[in-house]
Amino acid sequence: MSIDSSMLVMIGLTIISAATPLVFAAIGELVVEKSGVLNLGVEGMMLAGAVSGFAVAHLTGSALLGVLTGVGAGMLLALIFAFLTLSLRASQVATGLALTIFGIGLSALLGQPLIGIAYEGIPNYSVPYLADIPVLGQLLFQNDLLVYGSFALVLAVSLFLKYTQAGLIVRAVGDSPDAAHALGYPVLRVRYLATLFGGACAGLAGCYLSMAYAPMWAESMSAGRGWIALALVVFATWRPGRLLFGAYFFGGITILQLHAQAFGIIVPSQLMSMLPYIATIAVLVLISSTGSSLRRNAPASIGQAFHPTK
Amino acid sequence: MIRLQPRAEPSKLMGYIAPLIALVITLLSGMVLFALLGVPVGAAFYAFFIEPVSSLYGLSELGVKAAPLIMIAVALSIGYRANVWNIGAEGQLILGGICGGAVALYFYEVDAWYVLPLMMLAGVIGGMLWAAIPALLRTQFNANEILTSLMLTYIAGLLLSLLVHGPLRDPDGFNFPESRLLHDAATLPIIMQGTRLHIGALTALFIVVIGWVLLSRTMLGFALKVNGQAPNAGRYAGFTQNRLIWFSLLFCGACAGLAGLNEVAGPIGQLLPSISPGYGFTAIIVAFLGRLHPVGVVFAGLVMALSYLGGESAQISLNLPVAVTGVFQGMLLFFLLAADVLINYRVVWGRARTARRPSSEHGASL
Amino acid sequence: MFVSSVFKAASLRKVSLALVAALLSFSSASVLAADPVKVGFVYVGPIGDHGWTYRHDVGRLAIEAEFGDKVETTFVESVSEGADAERVIRKLASDGHDLIFTTSFGYMNPTNKVAKAFPDVKFEHATGYKRADNVSTYSARFYEGRAVLGTMAGMMTKSNVIGYIGSFPIPEVVRGINAFTIAMRKVNPEAEVRVVWVNSWYDPGKESDAAKTLIDQGADIITQHTDSPAPLQAAQERGVMGFGQASDMSAFAPEAQLTSIIDDWNEYYVERTRAVMDGNWESQDVWDGIDSGMVAFAEYGANVPDDVKAAADAIKEGIVDGSFHPFQGPIKNQAGEEVVAEGAVLGDDVLLGMDYYVEGVQGALPK
Repeated sequence: MSIDSSMLVMIGLTIISAATPLVFAAIGELVVEKSGVLNLGVEGMMLAGAVSGFAVAHLTGSALLGVLTGVGAGMLLALIFAFLTLSLRASQVATGLALTIFGIGLSALLGQPLIGIAYEGIPNYSVPYLADIPVLGQLLFQNDLLVYGSFALVLAVSLFLKYTQAGLIVRAVGDSPDAAHALGYPVLRVRYLATLFGGACAGLAGCYLSMAYAPMWAESMSAGRGWIALALVVFATWRPGRLLFGAYFFGGITILQLHAQAFGIIVPSQLMSMLPYIATIAVLVLISSTGSSLRRNAPASIGQAFHPTK
Repeated sequence: MIRLQPRAEPSKLMGYIAPLIALVITLLSGMVLFALLGVPVGAAFYAFFIEPVSSLYGLSELGVKAAPLIMIAVALSIGYRANVWNIGAEGQLILGGICGGAVALYFYEVDAWYVLPLMMLAGVIGGMLWAAIPALLRTQFNANEILTSLMLTYIAGLLLSLLVHGPLRDPDGFNFPESRLLHDAATLPIIMQGTRLHIGALTALFIVVIGWVLLSRTMLGFALKVNGQAPNAGRYAGFTQNRLIWFSLLFCGACAGLAGLNEVAGPIGQLLPSISPGYGFTAIIVAFLGRLHPVGVVFAGLVMALSYLGGESAQISLNLPVAVTGVFQGMLLFFLLAADVLINYRVVWGRARTARRPSSEHGASL
Repeated sequence: MFVSSVFKAASLRKVSLALVAALLSFSSASVLAADPVKVGFVYVGPIGDHGWTYRHDVGRLAIEAEFGDKVETTFVESVSEGADAERVIRKLASDGHDLIFTTSFGYMNPTNKVAKAFPDVKFEHATGYKRADNVSTYSARFYEGRAVLGTMAGMMTKSNVIGYIGSFPIPEVVRGINAFTIAMRKVNPEAEVRVVWVNSWYDPGKESDAAKTLIDQGADIITQHTDSPAPLQAAQERGVMGFGQASDMSAFAPEAQLTSIIDDWNEYYVERTRAVMDGNWESQDVWDGIDSGMVAFAEYGANVPDDVKAAADAIKEGIVDGSFHPFQGPIKNQAGEEVVAEGAVLGDDVLLGMDYYVEGVQGALPK
């Protein structure tokens, strides 16, 4: 079996589709956490996005309407979370877990009429000229629109956090809500907006699952990807660029272990499946032990409730 | 305009009333949910809350289901008070099950008194070893324990799958992925005849007592209290953050490992590819519902267990899909979590005062 | 608090004793009124999985359609195979169900435990091997269907690489891989099977990844022993062929699906329910295949040539009339050693615990 460039391109495309839902879900959660909120309900929001996006796309025939609905559904669940944790100051960890239970149940309930229905999926869009560039162009410029969207989103979030005043405020609110409040910034409103953004991204990730990755609806089809997205945020030490790398690293290992199996490499499949998790821990240890970058980027007040008039 | 005003100190009264308020709201919104789905409301509530515990057997099953949740949640509570975010109790539970189960299989058909204690010891050690990994990585390399403990949970699940597909597989079981059935000397004694309530439930109560003593009668409890109010103040009580990390994780690993062993040597009676329906994760919710207090955790664990039993009973008696029970359970949890706001805050009408002194709460508020 | 809960237990016991007494008198009185027969099902997944559990639920609905208000059916879905299973089964039994189907291998021991305590309730456990006077086992010889698929794949492949997506390396799946491979090599000795394990029965994303991986490695036909239509969708997208699993999945891949093995429990479930109604239910061990209709097939896809259809039909007929057995010797293992001699046929006992690959499967079987 020889490995030629066209095979590499195909492997690359598979990795891209495996990584994209992780990118969406994780980049949203990154902003949420940057504002000092930890929402563990990503899995639930993804499923809500997946089921509603699929349903609307199927009913109306419009992928765009589907994606918008999925985004809206993710935001709706995020709103419940935000109200409970920000307005009512419930525990963020527990509320996030409850949100997951709720989202799994709700999506299954809503999705019952959608079982066994096929959907052709979001079409690919080849960028003229660029898609003809061997290997790199074929790899990067013949994907579906959501994939391009994921790259744009990571870039936008990166620029937003680094260069805009609003991004600065988000970071300030996450690092030191007291100081931000003293300066007159609306801490709760910022956190609300960040949480809603996270919900929108998780909804988008869900849409990618049910409309592009494996275009169908099936209960609990996210199969733990929301949790991996959460891990990726920490793995990336809250940096968008590194997050993108992390998602592709994780997606890449998942795909490559499948390839190793198909090549007949004799390792128990469970050990193979462990690889991505072991690698994540190893890389995390390497990054964390240097210390500085983690300390610089970690939102200091993550998970802590804030009340302006204590 | 509705506004929340912090109380000078937590309201004791509200501590009792808040869950009741949550229950009432859950019932009201449950009525809406069931009415929308065309399910008779009264029958639904009966199935969820009454039917599962309307017999002695039902109560014993409540104990079987609640015991692992309670013992893990007690240990998690202590860790969370110390700001040690172990969310990998599920993995520690699995390792406890693996190690304890492996001992039982090693002594297969050895009918001796020491088999069961050895298994328990192995379960505890297995859980502790698995918890020691995030502790080591956190204290030595500053690696975030939320992430490492979560990753280790996935690895633990795959390890169990690997073992029951291979070395621990029942040699007479046609290569199906499960171990032999544990023999009698390796099975936890039943407390109540005719039920599945085993002595593991007693170990859960024992751990509740230990947790309570740790929190209220020891220097550690004091350290956790001051640590909660002013981070790192615990140092004055002789507890560095590193010691707290090690202690919290190892204690939780021990409890979760024992819980895993209890499942394997109790109601399951063998090693299967999956030995826990997510007890380690559910226990996190239980810990917070119980307000990170051992006694509160007991009640929270029972409520949580009841909601699972109720879900099964609603499926059987009303043909409700499991999805509905998930939605209902989620709602119940939302309201219970939300109602706790009343303990620390007063709901008042009118505009906020102008004089503001900003502050954020630390510690156990996460 | 502990004391008060003991109190509660004591008073509840009184109440429950009264309830039991009331129920007993009720049930003895109602025998005359010809109560509907209650049939319970325990499912390992959600009925919305469009695979294994979905097909069992179709069987449950077939019972309802057949007997109308003479039956009452109940199901509990997503019951994990650990400590919860026994409680659910016991609850169904104590709620007055007459017949209980437990539809996953992992329910074997809990089913038998509960059956001991409820000698009057009939139990049917799918895919297991432990039986009792009131516990039957049933399963389908899906490997017969796999032999049909293997024949078609062997004839239709151009790259001589077939991609096989496995869930877990248990005998049921290994048996399927071997039956497929043996039949494939009979018509095409050059072809080989590559297996990728995804360690899940059901993860559309990962199944899709596995299918793409195999296609990237040159497979031009994909087959699967996992439940979602995702691999077929991937095949459709990449312009290769594949087979559906458990139900007809042509809606998901109209061009790619060559055919599909369909789990058809309907007739079995209806018959066993009838047996309970007529009072002649007996414990048995059923392992039926194409012959009884338990293993059925979807229509051939538009891309299946006539000669392939004819060959596949011939295999089906051969299996039904006994002239063809998927595990007929000579069969060689991967090392090329003959494990089944010419003319001999592997017995059910060996098939049940199959733990090696035959010649033609790439890579080693994970243990």
